[in-house]
Amino acid sequence: MTTTNGEFITFDGVHKSFGKNVVLDDLHFSVGAGERVTLIGPSGSGKTTILRMLMTLTRPDRGTISVDGDYLYHEKSGDQLVPASEAHIRKVRSRITMVFQHFNLFPNMKVLRNVTEAPIHVLGTPKDEAEAKGKELLELVGLGDKLNAHPSQLSGGQQQRVAIARALAVDPDVLLLDEVTSALDPEIAAEVLDVLRDIAKSTDVTMLLVTHAMKFARDVSHRVLMFNEGKIIEDASPEQLFNEPEHDRTKSFLRSVIDES
Amino acid sequence: MSSGLMSFIWEGLANTLLLTVFGALLGLVFAFIAGLGRSSERKWVRGIAMVYTEVFRGFPSLVLLFVLIFIIPTFGFQLNPLIAGILALALNIGAYAAEVVRGAVKAVPPGQLEAAIALNFTPVQRLRKVILPQAVVAMIPPFTNNLIELLKATSLVSLVYISDFTFAAQLIRASTGETALVFFGLLVGYGIIALVFTTAMKLLERMAARSLGRTVPSGLFGRKEVAA
Repeated sequence: MTTTNGEFITFDGVHKSFGKNVVLDDLHFSVGAGERVTLIGPSGSGKTTILRMLMTLTRPDRGTISVDGDYLYHEKSGDQLVPASEAHIRKVRSRITMVFQHFNLFPNMKVLRNVTEAPIHVLGTPKDEAEAKGKELLELVGLGDKLNAHPSQLSGGQQQRVAIARALAVDPDVLLLDEVTSALDPEIAAEVLDVLRDIAKSTDVTMLLVTHAMKFARDVSHRVLMFNEGKIIEDASPEQLFNEPEHDRTKSFLRSVIDES
Repeated sequence: MSSGLMSFIWEGLANTLLLTVFGALLGLVFAFIAGLGRSSERKWVRGIAMVYTEVFRGFPSLVLLFVLIFIIPTFGFQLNPLIAGILALALNIGAYAAEVVRGAVKAVPPGQLEAAIALNFTPVQRLRKVILPQAVVAMIPPFTNNLIELLKATSLVSLVYISDFTFAAQLIRASTGETALVFFGLLVGYGIIALVFTTAMKLLERMAARSLGRTVPSGLFGRKEVAA
């Protein structure tokens, strides 16, 4: 019972190993446009690697990844697929952005500039327009009063909310959320998740999430993929997967995560 | 002391400052080219940068000065002695400072580069907008050391007959015979110049730290920060 409107993001035969450690093994899956998909599974099962590959931070060893019909690491040259040029990668990457576990705000820029720098210098948005939109996004994440603060003056939860605004400011088609609340204590994490929940409901951005916040995953995702040892072992709707998991490994994983929280 | 001798001192002092300031500026250019070159994606760029830093770090400034001032002219390149002095000192200090640049760039957390990629900045923008503004803050304290090293190394030019502060003092010593006074005076003079440079660099360090929203303890030698 999965909701798939076409194949917007496609992983085809993707393989990745770090040294002898095989992280992803012949992975095939696709995500529809506007779909919100959560990747769950024990650590080391390759979830984060998938997001990093989409963000072009980690290269696959084999296989292809495409976004809306464009290969991410390859270009068509006649009938052949050849390794993509930096220009091609930038073009495809322009539709994707990511929010990181450790926020990664730029400490040399104040809050508003963190949000407006890419729109102005990458997208070519006029400065006043970018600032107006930046302020709007910072209002949206509840930080309208922190425009001129340095990131170092903000708490972790506030920094992560700025990072979310910064990601939304480049108008992505695909938003990758990599354990965005793992570095925050539970109460603060809840605030950040509330912001994300609102955003998820009000946009049609395609989202891939890696998270251990299961309740949140259940609330926002259309589909949940359970990973184990580099493979997808279960692919189902959140109701199905959380209430009646089929695979024993999924059951034991969910039990351990719920015990933890 | 006669005004003739005083004018030697002023000229010497001016040349020492000239050698230090321009040597530092040119050295900075070498340091950035070589330091950034060492993290280039192109192998040959990395190679050239590495050869420059390794080779010039090992050359004594004095020998480099002899070569530029006495040997190079025999091949038909006549360099103005002051410019030759600046070049020799800059090549040497640049090789040291290149390591500072490389280290500071490497010390910027990898997440910063990843965030810059996630926002689709071009490679040049990643460096200019994200990596360097943070790395430069970390470079300033070691650069202060390099600058003081450079100031002290400028006294070597007196051995190739450039009339710097040390050279002027030697002239005065020769004409007055006041050896102890002259050499102590020289030490005090260099000490004061070094203090001025250090103070200026401290100010720069604090300005740079503020650009990252950090505060640096005030006072010349810094105060212990009190835990909150």
